[in-house]
Order: sequence, then C-alpha cells, then structure tokens
Amino acid sequence: MAIPDVKQKWSGRVNTVTIGATKAEGGTRGRTVTIGGETGIPFLSFDGETPHPPAIALDVLDKAPLDWPEPLREIYGDVWSDPAAWARRAKELGADLINLRLVSTHPEEGDRSPEEAADTVRAVLEAVDLPLVIWGCDVPAKDQRVMPKVAEAAQGENCLLGACTETEYRTLAAAAQAYRHKLIALAPCDINKQKQVNILISDTGFPLTDLVLYPTTASLGYGMEYVYSILERGRLAALAGDRLMAQPVILDVGYEAWRSKEARIGDEAAAAWGPLHVRGAAWEAVTAADLLQGGADLLILRHIKAVEVVRSLIRDLLAA
Amino acid sequence: MALTGIEIYKHLPKTNCKDCGFPTCLAFAMKVAVKQVGLDKCPHITPEASAALESASRPPIQLVTIGVGENEIKIGNETQLYRHEEKFHRPTAIAVRISDRAEDAAIAEQAKAIGTMVLERVGLRFKVNLIAVDNESGDAARFEKAVKLVAENSGMACVLMSAKADHLRRAAAAVSGQRPLLYITDPAQAETAARVAKDEKCPLAVRADGVEALAEVTGKIQAAGVEEIVLDPGTRTVKATVEALTMIRRLALKNFRPLGYPALAVTASLDPTMQAAEASIYVAKYAGIVITDAREPWQLLPIFTTRQDIYTDPQKPVAVEPKLYSVGAVGPDSPLLVTTNFSLSYYSVEGEVEASRVPAYILAVDTEGTSVLTAWASDKFNADTITKAMKKADVDSKIPHKTLVLPGFVAVLSAGVEDESGWKVQIGPKEASGIPTYLKKQQWKA
Repeated sequence: MAIPDVKQKWSGRVNTVTIGATKAEGGTRGRTVTIGGETGIPFLSFDGETPHPPAIALDVLDKAPLDWPEPLREIYGDVWSDPAAWARRAKELGADLINLRLVSTHPEEGDRSPEEAADTVRAVLEAVDLPLVIWGCDVPAKDQRVMPKVAEAAQGENCLLGACTETEYRTLAAAAQAYRHKLIALAPCDINKQKQVNILISDTGFPLTDLVLYPTTASLGYGMEYVYSILERGRLAALAGDRLMAQPVILDVGYEAWRSKEARIGDEAAAAWGPLHVRGAAWEAVTAADLLQGGADLLILRHIKAVEVVRSLIRDLLAA
Repeated sequence: MALTGIEIYKHLPKTNCKDCGFPTCLAFAMKVAVKQVGLDKCPHITPEASAALESASRPPIQLVTIGVGENEIKIGNETQLYRHEEKFHRPTAIAVRISDRAEDAAIAEQAKAIGTMVLERVGLRFKVNLIAVDNESGDAARFEKAVKLVAENSGMACVLMSAKADHLRRAAAAVSGQRPLLYITDPAQAETAARVAKDEKCPLAVRADGVEALAEVTGKIQAAGVEEIVLDPGTRTVKATVEALTMIRRLALKNFRPLGYPALAVTASLDPTMQAAEASIYVAKYAGIVITDAREPWQLLPIFTTRQDIYTDPQKPVAVEPKLYSVGAVGPDSPLLVTTNFSLSYYSVEGEVEASRVPAYILAVDTEGTSVLTAWASDKFNADTITKAMKKADVDSKIPHKTLVLPGFVAVLSAGVEDESGWKVQIGPKEASGIPTYLKKQQWKA
C-alpha cells in the first residue's frame, strides 16, 4: 500500500563545530573532531542527514577523585593521580576527545594556581594527541584567573572551553577569542535563557558558530526527561531556522549517571537491583542512549562499557 | 488528529434544540472536541454526519487491552510526537521473552522469577507487564505446554508468538479468558490468525516486512472483525526500528487509518547492557510494547526508569510525599535538612546526603511539588509552611538538638523560621552538590 510521505521539511540545520587543530592547522593534535550538522530529527535517515556521528569525550580529572565508585576505580585507579597517564588511558579506551576538569583549582579542592593548571593542560596536550574539552572548577572568581592562563597554554589547539553562563561569560569569551578556542554556553534546561546567554556571548564579538550548548544534564531517574525535552525542543528550533539554537549540544552524562544511587550503592544495600559492576555502567549507557534520541552531539562518559554500548549504538543508528 | 469544536459543529444540525443538554450546538461541539461528552448525546445527527465524525474523531491510535483483572494493561491512544506538547499517555508494556524450546522446569522457573520480581525505586514499584512465549520450537503441542506453564507459574498476562495461526488457536484455548495478545509472525497467516483472535476475543499483533506491508495487512485483519491490532514492522536493527516506530507514529497522528494502532518493538542485541539500552530507546521512541530478552533486574531497572521519565507529565511537577525522611542510621545528633517536596529537589538532596555517608533527616515541605526557588517566589516555602511541616512531622520529639538547615538560596527565611518554630536555623549550601562537604565538616553545628 502506498503510504503518505511523512518526511518533514526543515529549513534550518545544526551548526558544525570542529574541535582540535592538527599541525597543518597550527596545533599539535593527531586529528580533529567535528560535531553537529544534522538536518533532521536524530537518526532518522528519511528525515535528514547526520553528517557527523555524535562524539565521545572521556573524563580526566587533574587530581585523584575521592568519590568515584569501585567500577570506575577498576578502570582508572592506577592512573588517576596523574592526568597525563589518565589521558593516555582514556585514549586507549577509545575516546574521541579528552574532557579535562581542573577540579584541583577549586579553593577547597587544593586551590592550585592558574600556572599549575596551565602546566596540567600542557602535560595532557603532550601526553595525547586528541582534542581537548577543558572546564574550570565552577567557582567564577577562580575560573576567571585560571581559564585565561589555560587558554593561553593551549593556544592554537582549538580546545572547547567551559562554561559561559548568563552572569559569567566576559573573561572566558575574551580568552577563547584571543587564543582561538571554542566555547561552551551553559543554561540549565531553559531555552529562553540559553538564547540570552548566546546573545551575551555573541555581543562580545565571539561568533555564534563557535559555540556548543550545554543545557546541563540529568541522569536517568533524576529528571532526565527535562533534559530530553529541552534537547527535542532545541533541535526543533534549530531545524526551524533559529540561529540562536542552531549550536550542537554537549552533555555531561558520566558525571550525572555516576552520581546517582543506582550507579553507586553497593550490592548489599541494593540486592534486588543486581550487581553494581554491571548496574552502574548500564545506568550510564542507558542515560546516554536515551539522551542521544533527544538530540546530542558530544557526550562526556566514564565507564568503558558505556563507551562500547554508545559507540555501537551510534554505529547501528547511522548504518547505511 | 482530534477534531476541533468548529469542525464538529459543521456536521451538527445547528438547530440549538438543547436536546443534548447543552444550550447551543456549538457549546455541545466544544464539549465533544475535548471528549467530555460523546457524539451520541445528539439525537438529531444524521447517520452520514455521524459516520464522518466517528471516523474522524476516533483516536488516531487504537486503544488495545491485553490481559484481564489485575494483569490488564492498555496501550495506544497516544496523541503526540513530542512529550513537551502533552504527556505520553499509556506507558510502554515491557514483555520478557521466554522460548518454548527451553525445558519445562526452566520455563516454569523463569516464569516464576519474572512473575515475582518487583523492583523498587524512589518509592515506586515496577513489575514486568507481560511474558512473551515464543513458539521457536515450531511445534504446536510444545507451544501449548509452554504457554500453560508460563501462565500458571507467572500469574501474568501473556503474548503468544507464533508463525502458525493454528498454533495460536491451540495455545489461546489453553489460556482461554485471560485475553493474551496473539502475535502472528508470518503475515501470510494474518487473516487466519484474525479469525482466531475474533473467536478467542483477543487482540492481535502482526509482523510484516516493513511499514507499507503492515498497512496492507491491517485492513484484512479489521475486515475479519478484529479492532485491537498491534503493529510489528518486522525490523530487527536499532536504526530500522527507530525509523519505523517514528514513521508509524507520524502516520497515525496524520489519521492514516491503516497504521492507527500501537506498535511493538523487539530487541535484537545479544549483549545484556546493549539490550537494556536498545529497549530503552524503543520506550522513548513510541513503542507500545517492547519484547526483550533482558530479564535481569539490573537490565530492567533502567528500562522501567526510562519509561517512568519519558511518560512523566511535563505539565505536572512530580512530587514526593511531604513528610520527614531519614537517610542512613539516624540518631539524636543527626542534622535536619529542609527542602521542598518537588521530587527533583528532594532526590537531589537525598542523593547527596547518601553520598556524604552522614546519616541525616530530610524534611520535605509541601510546596505542591515546586522547587525551592519557585516555591519561595510563590510564597509556598516560607516560615509558616516550614513550621507547619515541622509540627506535623513532630520533629520536636525526634530531634532534640533543635537545629535545622535551610537551603542557601532561601537564607532570607532564617529569621522568620527561628521566630516561628523556636529552632535554631543554619544556612546550608545553595546547591545540593555542596551538601557532602557541608555535612562532613559538621558546619551545621557551628
């Protein structure tokens, strides 16, 4: 039976953003990663194209985490006191990018100086040739001192720096512009606020096409549906031609999933839920799988099993 | 799509006779449009107008009922592509597959395990909805036996999967009256299977090779007298399944009648974590039923939770019961944290308290399910409501130190709460993520 055509006609598309720079491009990365460019609802080949598969960044912290549960300790415990070694591990495990968090610059987590943070970034850049996503410690006063140094240390490497918010964007935007990096624009689950942040950043002279959006993330079971719907609405806006929502999206799945009880609580306390060594990774993998359907371009992950599942899902979803 | 009041009004007699109980035909049409009253309340409507309206106002996706009594589950009647438009109504039924090739004892054991499995999470209890008995053996007697074993040992409603209509007839008779979903996996036998479904008063699922082929076959099933149909587009890869499920939903919502039924998806992955992810994607992308080999609690929990999340009403905040909760082995020295009964606020606090490993009380104040700042702005989280919640939970007799911790964002409330409750107020962190440090350093005792 002939069925009516249900392909939807879209006028807009998601921007593409390239992270990293090879030697030829003035950096030292072995390859670059390009995200975005979709012209339809996620993974529907009859609806539009997905020219660049969603990319995976693996977390690397600049100090050994105290609160990562056993399944993650098994993977990173022997390297996590050294960010360079940790970054090499992340590359071995198949990361497209390194997601470097400068948590030790936090006043209560070691209060390391901007210069020390810059050294860490140099060490990681030297250790692996993958593109970098770099975050501060989320204390604005400190990040304002740290991130310009970091941006300078990584000059020419075309990193993705996070994160500009409605109130804190000038210093980071200036640093990203001066040293040629891409920027993350953060607005928690709010499209109007997201546009506002994007306008503010754009008003400093930083191009909208060099932005990646971060609507924050919620784990499966902890408000994931809010993020899911924001992603769907954001994608619909981009496809309808809204330039202020046309940026690709980064999600911090690993951090959120491994914060949830389902990925942390031990086997004695959660006997009915099954063993933690498979339960935690499944929680992360399913959070990622669900949110990919909402529309995401760059996922930050932690567990190797989650990487394997997400990688294989993306391959299946984009198969010819 | 549902008809508007004006579209319905065009087909009415426009006499304003009031026989329907409404003052005007337009008023009546408006009520029909929002489904508060049936079209049959108008005694003067012509048969032609009635037929036109019935077919146009029929829900775009047929409601399908599987099982009886406690096991009854309804799927279908969905109205949206995106959950932010309006909630998804009827949560996906999760069906675990059992093959009739397994030994009797193994079948009985699996059925019992699935039938008794209850997974608890955030105060909710999740159970598998259906067991899909798969006639993999190709043998009719074997299938009948397996279906009996599953029904007896699980006490659950079943999906009977076979390529042979006569096998379905035999197995359906074995669980007669329990309204299993018959599922014919060979489209060539769809019409014969439809007669079985009609005789046994069961809904019928049909597998066909693709969306077009499905659209062909549903008309024949309907012609045989079966209204409640479930669609299997026969896809067994994630890509093809997501595309087919979306296409079916889009077509159904455009009132393309041959596909106006709920769809089912079958997970094909072998890797157990992948099975959970695959099933969850189908839950998010419109499946009315997901049939899966995932049967371990750690696989099912994220699938159920995906369903819980995706089917949450986006217009209605999710609330927890407003009361005093305790996390860990609380004692008289444990801190008391105050938050709202918005479930995200509460569970964020609860998660961080758990992570801190410091036993603590959490008082969830009734703010009609709104978050701390929203509730404060709308005056639902104030000295008065907090003190009332404290009294109701009888904190005075449980927590002798008489100190409470307010969220950092509402520090302005502290003087009022101290006056009204007589307790000492400490200002906690603004974000829940600051709670572990705050508790570990015993800052609340300052």
